[in-house]
Parts: sequence; C-alpha cells; structure tokens
Amino acid sequence: MLYSALWRALPGPAPAKLLQALVLLAAVVAFLFLWLFPRVAPLMPFNDNTVGASPTGGVHAPLVPGDRA
Amino acid sequence: MRNRLVRWVVGGLGDTLVTAGLVLLLFVAWQLWWTDVEANRAQSGTVQQLTRDFARGAPAASGPARVQPAPMQFGKAFAILRIPRLGADYARPVFQGTDYETLQEGVGHYDGTAAAGQIGNMALAGHRTTYGRPFHDIDRLVKGDRIIVETKSGYSVYAVERHDIVAPTAVEVVAPVPEKPRARPNAAYLTLTACHPKYSAAQRYVVFAKLVRTYPRAGGLPAGALQVPGKKA
Repeated sequence: MLYSALWRALPGPAPAKLLQALVLLAAVVAFLFLWLFPRVAPLMPFNDNTVGASPTGGVHAPLVPGDRA
Repeated sequence: MRNRLVRWVVGGLGDTLVTAGLVLLLFVAWQLWWTDVEANRAQSGTVQQLTRDFARGAPAASGPARVQPAPMQFGKAFAILRIPRLGADYARPVFQGTDYETLQEGVGHYDGTAAAGQIGNMALAGHRTTYGRPFHDIDRLVKGDRIIVETKSGYSVYAVERHDIVAPTAVEVVAPVPEKPRARPNAAYLTLTACHPKYSAAQRYVVFAKLVRTYPRAGGLPAGALQVPGKKA
C-alpha cells in the first residue's frame, strides 16, 4: 500500500525508481542511526553498568537526577 | 466501495507493522553493532591523544618516584586502562564520572573514589556490551592477572584478587575497602564493575584487584608487563 504508492510516485523507469528508493532508504537509516536511536537508547533498561543506590542510578543518583549510567 | 475501504485499512495496518518491525531490527543492529563501531573509533582516538599528552608532560627522570593523584575534572579523560589478559594492545581511556554519556566514551571513574595508586579504592565502570564494550570479557580475568592504570605521572599495576556477582544496588563494592563500607583503608584497591549477564542489566559483575606497585613515568613499565598471561613472548 504505502510502499507500492511510493513506488508509483517515483518518476522515471524502473532502474531510476530503484536508485531513488535506495537513496531514500539510506536517508531514513541515517536519520535513525544518527538522530533517533542515540536519543532513545538512554531510556532502554539494559545499558546500566554501575552500582548505585537505586537500580537504575549511579552512586550519586540522588544528587544528579538523570544520572543513570 | 466498502470492500476497498477494508482493503485500504488492512493494507495500511500491514505496512505500519512491517515498518515498525524493520525499525526495531535496525535499532538492535544500531545498538549491538554501530555503537561499537563509533565508540571503538572514538576511544582509540582518546587513547592516542592521552598518550601524546602524557609523553609531553612527562616529569624529569630525577623527579620523586611516586604517583601523584591528578586533579579530576568531570567528564575528562585522565588515564589509560590496560589489561594484558584482554589483549596485549588492550587500552581504554578512563574518564572522570560514570554518567550515561561518559560511559559511552570509555571507562568511567566513580566520583569520590580513590585516584590511581592511591590508598583506598579506585572504582571503574564500563560497558559489558555496546558502546565499544570495554568490559565485555571481564569474566575472563583470573586471580593474579595484572590491571595497569596509566596516568600522566606513572603506572599503577594492580593484581586481580577475586570477582563477585552482585545486585545493582551493592554500593559497598566501591567502598574504600571493597565490601567493607565502614573499614578504613590501608591499601590501594581497584574495583571494576560491568553489566551481568551480558545483554542484561539485572546484576553487576565486579572484579576486585589490589595494588602491586607503582612505577613513575620516567622509568616506564618493566619489560613484559603487558605480556598476555599464559602466552610465550
């Protein structure tokens, strides 16, 4: 549906469409890797390596809110 | 007409689910692979920078033979961690602080814990997986393995004593005397903490080490100090 509509909307013959689709895909992956994922990762529960007073906090968690290394 | 609407809704839902699945797969790839690529590059760059800085500021050969704690600045790299068991070329930068951003850049030094070679407990945290995973193979360390902390003033060589698997709340492992929160230290310890099990944060894998001796920068490390244990030179 969405993808077939996109395919139809791209101009030119099939090889040109393919090339444009790949460029779009690369742009989307770059956006995810460089912008979205780095911002989402701190919210994930599997990145803690320190010991601290709270299960998700560093030693100084009460002093520095948001410290959850 | 109604048939077309149903087809449109179902098709749109399918597209959305497929896209969501692909994004989740990409997130896993990013977390497990790309963060390592980025962090390894950044961390080896930091180690090179530190090595240059250390070489420039090396004290004269006639200087006093002791390792002085350098002033700590939060979020700044101040030492290089070397663990021969994890490879003769294993070298990771040590930053001051253990918050989320700092641990992406290298190993973190818990605020308020001892400096390298100092009486008390120098406590370090590092990623077990992702972000360059400096402590991925921390469970391969065995008693007697050397851990070397290189600072501007010299080298502190610690020997592994034991390990423990503790709850994430076990702050006593970074106490001045590890696991004895009330005791006064009369020796220099080193404690490493990392995730356990791998790909989880349910527990912490902790390695305890004790200072063997320190070497001033001028003299350098003795030959063979970085040799991988159990491997012939």
